[in-house]
Amino acid sequence: MITATVEARDNYLTHEYGVKSWLLTKDHKRIALLYLASITFFFFLGGIFATIIRLELLTPPGDLVSSQTYNKLFSLHGIIMVFLFLIPSIPATLGNFLVPMMLGCKDLAFPKLNLLSWYIFVVGGLFVLYAMLIGGVDTGWTFYVPLSTSYANTYVILTAVGVFITGFSSILTGLNFIVTVHRMRAPGLTWFRLPLFIWSTYATSVIQVLGTPVIAVTLLLVALERGFHLGIFDPALGGDPVLFQHLFWFYSHPAVYIMVLPAMGVVSELVSTYSRKKVFGYKFVAFASVAIAILGFLVWGHHMFVAGQSVYASMVFSMLSYLVAVPSAIKVFNWTATLYKGSISYDTPMLYAFGFIGLFTMGGLTGTFLASLGFDVHVTDTYFVVAHFHYIMVGGTMMAYLGGLHYWWPKISGRMYPEGWAKLSALVVFLGFNLTFFPQFIMGYLGMPRRYHAYPEEFQVYHVLSTAGASVLAVGYLIPAMYFIWSLRYGPIAPDNPWRATGLEWQTSSPPPPDNFEITPVVTHEAYDYSVVEEMTVG
Amino acid sequence: MAEHIVTKKQYAYVFVILLVLTLGTTVAGNMDLGPFNVVVALVIAVIKASLVVLFFMHVYWSTKLTRLVAVSGIAWLGLLLWLTLTDMISRGWLGVPGK
Repeated sequence: MITATVEARDNYLTHEYGVKSWLLTKDHKRIALLYLASITFFFFLGGIFATIIRLELLTPPGDLVSSQTYNKLFSLHGIIMVFLFLIPSIPATLGNFLVPMMLGCKDLAFPKLNLLSWYIFVVGGLFVLYAMLIGGVDTGWTFYVPLSTSYANTYVILTAVGVFITGFSSILTGLNFIVTVHRMRAPGLTWFRLPLFIWSTYATSVIQVLGTPVIAVTLLLVALERGFHLGIFDPALGGDPVLFQHLFWFYSHPAVYIMVLPAMGVVSELVSTYSRKKVFGYKFVAFASVAIAILGFLVWGHHMFVAGQSVYASMVFSMLSYLVAVPSAIKVFNWTATLYKGSISYDTPMLYAFGFIGLFTMGGLTGTFLASLGFDVHVTDTYFVVAHFHYIMVGGTMMAYLGGLHYWWPKISGRMYPEGWAKLSALVVFLGFNLTFFPQFIMGYLGMPRRYHAYPEEFQVYHVLSTAGASVLAVGYLIPAMYFIWSLRYGPIAPDNPWRATGLEWQTSSPPPPDNFEITPVVTHEAYDYSVVEEMTVG
Repeated sequence: MAEHIVTKKQYAYVFVILLVLTLGTTVAGNMDLGPFNVVVALVIAVIKASLVVLFFMHVYWSTKLTRLVAVSGIAWLGLLLWLTLTDMISRGWLGVPGK
């Protein structure tokens, strides 16, 4: 790690002052911070719901909250974490901050549209918050019919409208990234010189643009059937309830890749920087992102093996689901090969990257279990599934998000975080995560159903372990929240390139000037060419 | 790239064709074509939508990349319909309820 001396330079944080300068900003870096603040709020709100859920499950009887309240708790936990935290997490914060800088340009292609995306996100979030405050929703984050259209007596339409609105934010961000990558790359920055974070963000954007309209239309149809009794999903009105699941999962399965592809991009950057090596098989890793984005749209039926979907369709979806494992495995093998004979350093971001690789692999492998027809019937709607997707979404995306936040924090804030505390928190998060979710694989396999607030006594030991793990995990998340805030004022001044990394974002000052670069950079090398950095350091 | 200027005459032609097709939809809607009721309505709708996309939205004169974006959207809709239909069509083949 390199240290720096204090030197006052104009930067995006100090260029303008006042609330108005933030709320009307068109600077992608400031908008990234607006997103960071918003999604951090939603993360801790969703975390509070998770805490109450885990406390309820400490004992077999439903004694802390009623079953109705429990239903609302897991519904709001899921809706907030998926739509208001995980989906915007890496793209809207790190993506917004980094895409223009990695491309060597001043801003995204449509800066005003970028600000509009944030406002749309906030409006959608406020709808969900309002629904929560006046009574909540109890359909689960999946809004399955006929519960959501005919039976639920909670604020389904209001919540669905909130999710519907945030979808537009996601589409506009994706559109902005796609156009920026196509049109605004610095001179010399060819497609195969792009950092892999850009490739994965680009693939994510394609999913956002192509998939999100379908969830918007689906939720609109739910609202129309619930409000006006149009016969779309209700068989009594001539509809088909399984059709809802087709439409819902056509978006919501690729949405998992909206969450995890950018995380893979972050991990590619971290693994390369902290092993001082080019990513092994750059083109394979780049095209694996595109392959995941495309194949991810062909597998949604594996969520419906016991939902009344025909066996023949299930067989097709099962086979297609196995295909996604191929590009995912390419990435994991290539990261591992990158480490081979690398000069590895164990800084905090790298600890999170290691955590990601291990946990994502476990989540991915259990995903192939679930793609097999016979096994899936046994564990559908059990804690096995809950553990599986938390290994992907929390073990995967959250680890990479935290790793990325640490890695680029010096660039974002101009300050260093305390390395000792950061390493400790990475360890606490890893241990807490596994203690929370590994027992859920076992109890799910043994038959513990998800979404129950009371359960037989033989499952208690696993629930106690899981709740203990959740407490550790909560501590692991609170520590970075505290030291990041601390570092804004007291952290050592960050140098421009503390990790001696290769991306264009490291060639400008920390924090960057409002227009990112004093002079438009010209790219003459491939990505991850560390000989250039060594020359600059020596020179 | 310079923006292609569409003449008022071209817009008027497309507009007239759209009106004729709307008339076609209305006439077909009042006729009993048996199983072809939906087919005819959808074919007319697709032609109308294509005209709007190609001429009113200028895709006809756009770059290859823009055309690719438009085709991708349609292809993805096709994907949704195709894989959903693998379920809808094959339901009941086994003769076991729910399979």
